[in-house]
Amino acid sequence: MRTIFSIMTDAVAYGMVLFIISIGLSIMMGLMRVVNLAHGAFAMIGGYLASYAIRDLHVHYSVAILMAVIGTIIVSIPFEILLYRRIYRKSDPLIQVLMTIGITFFIIGIVNFIFGPSLKSIPLPQTLSGPLDIGFRMLPTHRIFVIACGVVTALALWLLIEKTEFGIKLRASVDHSGMADALGIRTEIIYAVTFALAIGLGAFGGVVGAEILPIEPFYALRYMVTFLVVVSVGGAGSILGALSASLLLGLADTTGKYLAPEFGDFFFYLSVIVIVFLFPHGLFGRSHA
Amino acid sequence: MSEIVVTHVPHKRSIPFGQEAVGALSIIALGAIGYFLYPDDLAFLTRLIGIAFLVLSLDLVTGYCGVATLGHAAQFGVGAYAAGIACVRGITDPVALLAVGVFAGTIMGLISGALITRFRGLPQLVLSIAVGQLVAALANKLSWLTGGSDGLSGITPGKVFGIFNFDMYSRTAFLFSLGVLVIVFVLLQRFVRSPFGLMCRGIKDDDLRARMIGVSIYPRLVVMYGVAGAVAGIGGALTAISTGVVGLDSVSFERSAEVLVMLVLGGAGHLWGALAGTVIFMIFEHIVAAANPFHWMTLVGLLLILIVVFAPRGLIEPVLSLASRFKRKGEAA
Amino acid sequence: MTNLLEARGVSCSFGGLHVTRDVNFKLTAGDRVALIGPNGAGKTTLVNLITGDIAPSEGQFFMGGDEITGLSIPDRVRRGLVRTFQTTRLFANLTVADNVALAIMQRKRITRRFFSSSTELPEVRAEWSEILSHLGLAKLAYRKVVELAYGQQRLIELAIGLALHPKVLLLDEPAAGVPHDEAPKILEAINRLPSDIAVLMIEHDMDLVFKFARRVLVLAAGRLIFEGSPDEVTADHEVRRAYLGSYADARRAT
Ligand SMILES: Nc1ncnc2c1ncn2[C@@H]1O[C@H](COP(=O)(O)OP(=O)(O)OP(=O)(O)O)[C@@H](O)[C@H]1O
Ligand SMILES: [Mg+2]
Repeated sequence: MRTIFSIMTDAVAYGMVLFIISIGLSIMMGLMRVVNLAHGAFAMIGGYLASYAIRDLHVHYSVAILMAVIGTIIVSIPFEILLYRRIYRKSDPLIQVLMTIGITFFIIGIVNFIFGPSLKSIPLPQTLSGPLDIGFRMLPTHRIFVIACGVVTALALWLLIEKTEFGIKLRASVDHSGMADALGIRTEIIYAVTFALAIGLGAFGGVVGAEILPIEPFYALRYMVTFLVVVSVGGAGSILGALSASLLLGLADTTGKYLAPEFGDFFFYLSVIVIVFLFPHGLFGRSHA
Repeated sequence: MSEIVVTHVPHKRSIPFGQEAVGALSIIALGAIGYFLYPDDLAFLTRLIGIAFLVLSLDLVTGYCGVATLGHAAQFGVGAYAAGIACVRGITDPVALLAVGVFAGTIMGLISGALITRFRGLPQLVLSIAVGQLVAALANKLSWLTGGSDGLSGITPGKVFGIFNFDMYSRTAFLFSLGVLVIVFVLLQRFVRSPFGLMCRGIKDDDLRARMIGVSIYPRLVVMYGVAGAVAGIGGALTAISTGVVGLDSVSFERSAEVLVMLVLGGAGHLWGALAGTVIFMIFEHIVAAANPFHWMTLVGLLLILIVVFAPRGLIEPVLSLASRFKRKGEAA
Repeated sequence: MTNLLEARGVSCSFGGLHVTRDVNFKLTAGDRVALIGPNGAGKTTLVNLITGDIAPSEGQFFMGGDEITGLSIPDRVRRGLVRTFQTTRLFANLTVADNVALAIMQRKRITRRFFSSSTELPEVRAEWSEILSHLGLAKLAYRKVVELAYGQQRLIELAIGLALHPKVLLLDEPAAGVPHDEAPKILEAINRLPSDIAVLMIEHDMDLVFKFARRVLVLAAGRLIFEGSPDEVTADHEVRRAYLGSYADARRAT
C-alpha cells in the first residue's frame, strides 16, 4: 500500500514535469505547426542557467528560476528571428526536423563548451527539501511542489487562452491563419509571443523538474523523443490532451520501471506505437489535414 | 475539322547501361584511390562503406518517397545483429552472412514500413522514432542474444569465396565491401528508374494525384521499405563481418539522426547525393570528432542549419545541374 | 442502356455549411454532359464526392449497378472513374513524359516492375508521345512540370486523364487558364475519345458548353436545379436568374 502511494506520487510528479515542459512544444506545434525537436535543448539551457545562478551567484531558488526563464527566452530570440520564422507553418516536416536537430546539436555543443560537460545539480532551498507531512503520510516536499507547479501552469494557461484577448487572437490564428491576417491580427507578433511563452515554459519545467529529469550534457537528446511523444499522444495544441498524455505516460513509465525494470523502455515505446496507431491525431487533437 | 499534325517526340539518345557503367567505374576509381593512397585507413574506409549502405537505404524512403524518419538505424542494426549472431553460432561464410543480413533487414524493413508509412506528418515521425527505440531497447535487454551494452563480439567470419582471409589491415574487408557496394549501387540505379521507382517519386510529389491515377500508396511504401531494409541489412552485415563486433551504437537514435544529416548534406533524392554525403561527413567526422566531441556537435549543428537555409537540396545539386547543362549543350550542338 | 455512373440522394456538409444537397443524376454510355453553376455552387465538391476524395454524409454512388460509395480512390480509378483537377495537381518534379507515362503504366499494371525501364518502354512511349503530340505538348516532353506555364500544366492534367482510358471522365474546368488558341485542342481530344464512355465537364464558358454538351446539369447552392438540352437551359427562367443572367440575353440578341 505504501509503495503504491509513493509510486503514484512519483508518477504524477514525473507526469507534471513532462507536462510543464511539453505544453510549450504542444502550443507551438498547434499554432505554428513546427516540429521543434530543439525544445528540450531550451529546457536544458534553463537548467544550466539556474544551476549557475544558484551555485556560482548564490541567489535564492525562486530568483534562479526567474533568471533561468528570462535568460533562456533572451537566448532564444536570435534563433526565432533567424531560423524558426523560416519554418513556421511550412508543411515539409523533413526541413523542420533537420533544422531543429541542427539547433539541438549546436546548443548541446555550445552549452557544454561554456559550462563544462558534467551533471549540473540545482540545489533545492530548505523549504523544498525533506519530507512534508500531509496528515496521514509523509511525502517528499519537492514532489508536491512540482505537482503544484503543474496544476498552476495548466490553470494559468487555460485562463490565458480562454479568457484574455491574446487567447482569442491565438485561437483565431490557430483555426484560420489567413483569416487572422485579414482581421488585422498581426500573426508574426502572435507567433513571436507564443514562441517566447513556449520556450519560457520549457525552461521553467527544466528547472523545477531537474530532480526528476537531471540536467546533464545530453539532456536535449535524451528527452527529445519523450517530449515529442507527449505532444503526439495528447494532440498538438491541446492543454487537456498534453496534461492527460503526460500523466498517462508518466504512469506507464514509472510503473513499467517499477514492475519490469529490465523492459521499461520497451513497454514505453510499445505503448506509444499502439496509442499513435489508434489515435494518429492524438487523444484530444484535431486533424489538420 | 482541322488536320492534326502529329509531331512525334524524338527518342532520347542514350547508351544502354551507360549510367550503370559510369556508376560502377566511378566507385571503383574512388575505391582504388582509398586503397592505394590510404592503406592505413582501410578499417575506417570499410566502416564508411557500411554506413553508405544505410544512407542509400534512407535515401530510398526519404529521398524517393518523402518519408521523414528518425529511426532508420534499426534496419541497419537488425542486419548487423542477425549476421553477427549467425556468425557466432556457426555460419561463417561471408556471403551467407550477407544473405542473413539481407533477410533480417528486409523483414525489419517490411515491419517498420507497415508501422511508419501508415500516416504522414507528426504521427509518422513519432512512429519512426518509437520503432527505432523499441529495437534499441530490445538489443539492450536481450543481452543473452546480443551481448547487451557490452556489444556482440567474437564474430570471426571465414574466407571470402573460401580463398581470401580477413586480414588485420582490413584489405579483404575493404575490397569485399567495395565489391558489394558496386553491385548494389548498380542495381539501385536501375531500380530507381524502374516503373516502381518512378511511381515512388510520384507519390512523394503528390500522393493525392498518385491515388487519382489508381495507385494504392500504402502497399507501395511498405514494399519500398522492404527494399530499403534489405540495403541497410547488407550494410549492417558487412560492418559486423569486417569489424568483428556489433554494439548498441548501431541501432541508436544518434546513428539515425547522423545518417539523416549525411543524406541531406549530399542531397536526398539522388543516389550520388547519398554517397557524397556519407563520404564528406564521415571524413570530416574522422578528423574533427576525435579532437572534441562537443566541438563536433556544434559543427554538425551549424552545418545542418546552414544546409537547410542555403542548400536544402544538398551539395550534389549544383554538380547535377552543371552536368545537365553540359548535356543539353551537347545535344544542341 | 446501362448507367455508367449514378448518384442517389447525395448530400455533404462542411461544419454547418451544406455544400451538396440531395443530388441525383445518371450518366449513361455516350453521355456528354456539362455541369454548370455559379462560383461556390459545389461543383468541385461534387466531383470530390464522386471520386471518393471526401465521403458524403448521405446518399450513394453506383457504377454499372455496383455501389462504389465505400470504395477507396484507387479502387474507383481502376473501375474507370477518372477526373482532372481544377487547380492542377501534377507530379511537379517529374518530366511531362513521366507524368503521362506513370498513368499509362499504372493502367497497364507495370508499375510493379523493379528493373525494367519505365517511360522509355516502347509500348508506353508510343502512347504518351501520341497523347502529347495531339495536345501540342510534344516539344515539352522532357521538361520538368514545374518549369512550365500554367496553361501548359492544365493540358497535362487532361493528358493524364486521357492516358487512363476512362469509362467515366470528369473534367473540372479543363479550359480555364489555357490560352485561347490552345483551347480547341481540348474539344478535339474529347471528340477523339471512344463514343461509349461518359464525359462530364464542369465549364463556365458557355460557347464551349454548347459545342460539347448534349445535356446540361445546373447546380446552384448545392442543389441540381435544372437538367435539359443546352437550348432549354438558356431558355429557362430560373437558370437565367440563378446563373446565366446576361449571357443568355446576349445570346438571344444575336
Ligand atoms: N474542404 C472544405 N472545407 C470547408 N468548406 C469547403 C471545402 N471545400 C469546399 N468548401 C466550400 O464549399 C463551397 C463549394 O465549393 P466548390 O469548390 O465545390 O465550388 P465550385 O462550384 O467548384 O466553385 P468554382 O466555380 O469557384 O470552382 C464553397 O463555399 C467552399 O468554400
Ligand atoms: Mg470548382
